[in-house]
Amino acid sequence: MGATAETVEQVQEVTGQKYKYGFVTEIDEERPPKGLNEDIIRFISQKKEEPEWMLEWRLKAYRHWLTMKHPSWQKCSIPPIDFQDAYYYAAPKQDKDRPQSLDDVDPKLLETYEKLGIPLQEQEMLAGVAVDAVFDSVSVATTYKAKLEEQGIIFCSMSEAIHNHPDLVKQYLGSVVPYSDNFFATLNSAVFTDGSFVYIPKGVKCPMELSTYFRINAENTGQFERTLIIAEEGSSVSYLEGCTAPQRDENQLHAAVVELVALDNAEIKYSTVQNWFPGDENGVGGIYNFVTKRGACRGDNSKIAWTQVETGSAVTWKYPSCILQGDNSVGEFYSIAITNNYQQADTGTKMIHLGKNTKSRIVSKGISAGHADQTYRGLVRVSPKADGAHNFTQCDSLLIGDTCGAHTVPYIESRNNQARVEHEATTSKISEDQLFYCRQRGISEEDAVALVVNGFCREVLQQLPMEFAVEAQKLVGISLEGSVG
Amino acid sequence: MSESALQPFHEQYTALTNAGSLPGSALPWLSNLRERGMTRFDELGFPTPRVEKWKYTNLRALERQVFHPATTMTASLGLDRVPTLIGEQAGHRAVFVNGRFRAEMSSLGRLPKGAKVMSFAQALEAEPNLLAEEIDQIAEGQDEQPFYHLNCAFMQDGLVLHVEEGAKIEEPIEVVYLAAADDESLAYHPRHLIVAGKNSEATLVEHHVGIGEANTLANHVTEIRVEPGAKLHHYKLNAETDAAFHVSTLHARVQENAFYDSFTLTTGGQLSRNEPHVKLEGSFADARLNGAYLQRGKQHCDNTTLIEHAVPDTHCREIFKGALEGKGRAVFAGKLHVYPDAQRTDGNQLSRCLLLSNQAEIDTKPELEIYADDVVCSHGCTAGELEKDPLFYLRSRGIPFPVARRMMVESFLAEVVQEITTEDLRQAFLDRVTDWLSRSEQ
Amino acid sequence: MAMLEIKDLRAEIEGTEILKGLNLSMDPGEVHAIMGPNGSGKSTLAHVLTGRDGYEVTGGDALFQGQSILEMEPEERAAVGLFLAFQYPVEIPGVTMTTFLKEAVNSIRKARGEDELDAMKFTKQLRERCKLLNIPEDMMRRSVNTGFSGGEKKRAEVLQMAALEPKLAVLDETDSGLDIDALKTVADGVNRLRSPERSMLVITHYQRLLNYIVPDHVHVMVKGQIVKSGGKDLAHELEAEGYAQFGEEKAA
Repeated sequence: MGATAETVEQVQEVTGQKYKYGFVTEIDEERPPKGLNEDIIRFISQKKEEPEWMLEWRLKAYRHWLTMKHPSWQKCSIPPIDFQDAYYYAAPKQDKDRPQSLDDVDPKLLETYEKLGIPLQEQEMLAGVAVDAVFDSVSVATTYKAKLEEQGIIFCSMSEAIHNHPDLVKQYLGSVVPYSDNFFATLNSAVFTDGSFVYIPKGVKCPMELSTYFRINAENTGQFERTLIIAEEGSSVSYLEGCTAPQRDENQLHAAVVELVALDNAEIKYSTVQNWFPGDENGVGGIYNFVTKRGACRGDNSKIAWTQVETGSAVTWKYPSCILQGDNSVGEFYSIAITNNYQQADTGTKMIHLGKNTKSRIVSKGISAGHADQTYRGLVRVSPKADGAHNFTQCDSLLIGDTCGAHTVPYIESRNNQARVEHEATTSKISEDQLFYCRQRGISEEDAVALVVNGFCREVLQQLPMEFAVEAQKLVGISLEGSVG
Repeated sequence: MSESALQPFHEQYTALTNAGSLPGSALPWLSNLRERGMTRFDELGFPTPRVEKWKYTNLRALERQVFHPATTMTASLGLDRVPTLIGEQAGHRAVFVNGRFRAEMSSLGRLPKGAKVMSFAQALEAEPNLLAEEIDQIAEGQDEQPFYHLNCAFMQDGLVLHVEEGAKIEEPIEVVYLAAADDESLAYHPRHLIVAGKNSEATLVEHHVGIGEANTLANHVTEIRVEPGAKLHHYKLNAETDAAFHVSTLHARVQENAFYDSFTLTTGGQLSRNEPHVKLEGSFADARLNGAYLQRGKQHCDNTTLIEHAVPDTHCREIFKGALEGKGRAVFAGKLHVYPDAQRTDGNQLSRCLLLSNQAEIDTKPELEIYADDVVCSHGCTAGELEKDPLFYLRSRGIPFPVARRMMVESFLAEVVQEITTEDLRQAFLDRVTDWLSRSEQ
Repeated sequence: MAMLEIKDLRAEIEGTEILKGLNLSMDPGEVHAIMGPNGSGKSTLAHVLTGRDGYEVTGGDALFQGQSILEMEPEERAAVGLFLAFQYPVEIPGVTMTTFLKEAVNSIRKARGEDELDAMKFTKQLRERCKLLNIPEDMMRRSVNTGFSGGEKKRAEVLQMAALEPKLAVLDETDSGLDIDALKTVADGVNRLRSPERSMLVITHYQRLLNYIVPDHVHVMVKGQIVKSGGKDLAHELEAEGYAQFGEEKAA
């Protein structure tokens, strides 16, 4: 668990002074004790110098969370999580605790970076090596920031937004994923540390892809991010989220919340390449990635598209969803999920059709290898008022080897006879014929598997922004290493 | 689940066991099974929509009823004749009224050698060992099935069909289940056992009908074994009254090279739940699990199916189609489970539903759970209204809208009824579809 | 040195012997045809030479430029210059012809210790080959063999041969499923790739392909052995007489 450079300073400041806002528990250390209670939440809010309303919201969430039960419907098995045996405000890593150079970093990790073609400087950042401030991504972000501000676009950390744009945050935070939504989203609402905030004003097409690739990784942000993107009338934005920072800690919990709001004629494209540490070949370690992502197509003719490439994490539960409220609004979900070794993933989407002539499209490609277990779980709901709604779902699973599992659990609820819902699912394997054909052309067996799998995923890969697509393709190959032969 | 809904069942169970009037009450295995059934049903209670397998079927209406145990009825039913699907002259017929076998209404005299048809109560007298060996032994995964256990607690009668090794029964065996309740709500829990011996072949037609105004709960449990090389065709029509609750739990095991061919048409009932579980446990076992449903008014029909491919080289095909009018509701939840090492499994599943009114609802959950890599498995599902182009085409040729619509729905459903292999039966089921459509409210 | 020398080769599938001591020798630049009735083991020979799973070599050897290839992996055989034009080319959905061929060309170059081609160079080269064989370039953007007509599949095989520049190409029933026009087009492509350094082994049931790809030598294969060898006229002889003279049913 880590914290940002910013929080290092904050904590140092706070610990050196008296606490404000009636902070009751005495905490001498740089971090609060293990466990979760109202004092810890006050501490977090305090450190972040949050206004009272934010603290109240967190506490409301926390009190609700106490009444909730850990969900058990997913098709994954994990040992029970002891929420009192964790730190909720990261002990900020001192520079002396970090690896001092790449020589101190796990060679396997470096091998992965190498294969991804990540330059050395970035490798250092990704591995959490204490690096020169010049490479601090905050300053990188700042250069973009100025450019974006010219058009009125706000792109900053959630902490900054709470300070600088409290009205926007108040209006939209929790409006798509309410604080009481689900166990992990509620927990996130109580303890979230940071995240991104994006606001695109009316009529503005964001001129560049917004990315948290560097920031999240370089700053080694903690486990509870909160992201909020608002696209005003007639605006559009493409947002990339890269989680290619493998973590080596054991079974670390990552419970983020992402909320998207698209107003009339607005469009949001949200792409993710998730490659958290999946645990080793024996299933030891790895991230529990329990993320709530949801977009509201609030305006007429609005559109939200989720694209995800999920290759990491020991256990993933994630269902990026679209609430299609506005008439003619469109929701899309394109997903590639690869599980190898002992990884488990239960992922899919929800498309809730409320407005007239709403359209949704789901393309899910699941690849399971090794001893991994993977489930597509999806919901398509057509409400009685969604005349003319249309959903198309295609779910394909590919199994590599006979010790893995692939499951498809779609829920399709149709309450409108003017709507059309179509769902197709297939399960197959890479045929011996395909492998031999590739090998006869000189391609090694491992490359042949990667090639065929990339072909299987093509429809989704095509949805990714160019620079991500290349990385994703490489990831596909790397993730499946050792799955054949 | 409310405690009060379980209370009457308790009292009735205690009264029945104390009176010692249940058939076979002297058989320890049976008493134990009944006792365990009651205990487990108590633990589980009636499932709520929070139970995943009952997510879309709400039993509140059923729980509100107080059902009386159906007793042996000797009085005349006021029926001119036994309702039959296949014609009075054809086939063999066993008739059950409120779950009790009625020999005098049945016609089993012409059964060929090798086919044994008995009532469950008769079998308890004549062949208690057969039942002891099979009842509750074929079923698997029943622990979480409350209606299964309720049946165990109250089972008294039912159908026992044993087709001996190599026997081929040419004519279909029709089993008529008549629900008759006029004055008070009645519940009965028939228990059936069907064993198709090695290389045998038979066709079984279940025909569920009802008369009378009162509510009935028919809670059937069927255990089936299709032995190596045997073929069992199992067709079912549920045409009970709008006051009927119908729950049917079925466990079938299909062995090497055997073929289990089933088709279920549901037109009747206030609430129908068909829950077949087919386990393909021998290589080259093959199953068809097909069905159709036609619901209107406030009818609710739930087909929740499970097909297990337990060994390599098994095959199954499942098609369910339906049409809903008024506030008709349907559920299709089909799960296809491929075990580890069940290589070369070929399984596919299709669910298609026509929503003919803007208040109808279909909830679908086609599920694949796969642990072997060399498999070909797929499912498809659609829901929506009739296609506009062909409808317009028919109307442009002068066919009035209601007729055009009926033609299209009929052809949509005919596709799955065609899966019935026996031609006469296929026609009988098609006639039922046509009949339902001719009574269209729209 | 011979391009290919097969000595007393024996191979079986699941315990059934298919190749029963087969001998064949080919020199660089030569085109040999192997003709034979169904089930004589022609396709088995193609698969054993290229290293497909499921065949067990029980005796003899196959030398490619003096080096035994039977222990090599399929991709290693491809790297030394052995190419098979498949009777049934395999579909690989989602993988474009360009991606596939770039992967193949660079894998082979890498195995030979040569530099990989960058995207520009490769595309240029591929474009030239398409032009040479009169293959529309947009075929390169389609998924490998996916949705190709029978003729397109076979032409794509010839294009791959052109791109990979093998020393020895085995053409397995390249004429099957083709009408006469498609056959001519494919044969024309093959002929353009003939060179003094490249040998070809044309496996076919019928003589008609050999009207367009004229062989230097013709061998008759029956029951896993070469029973007769001769010049190109042997093919015509067979067409007239059938395989009956070798104890086989007359060819259909």
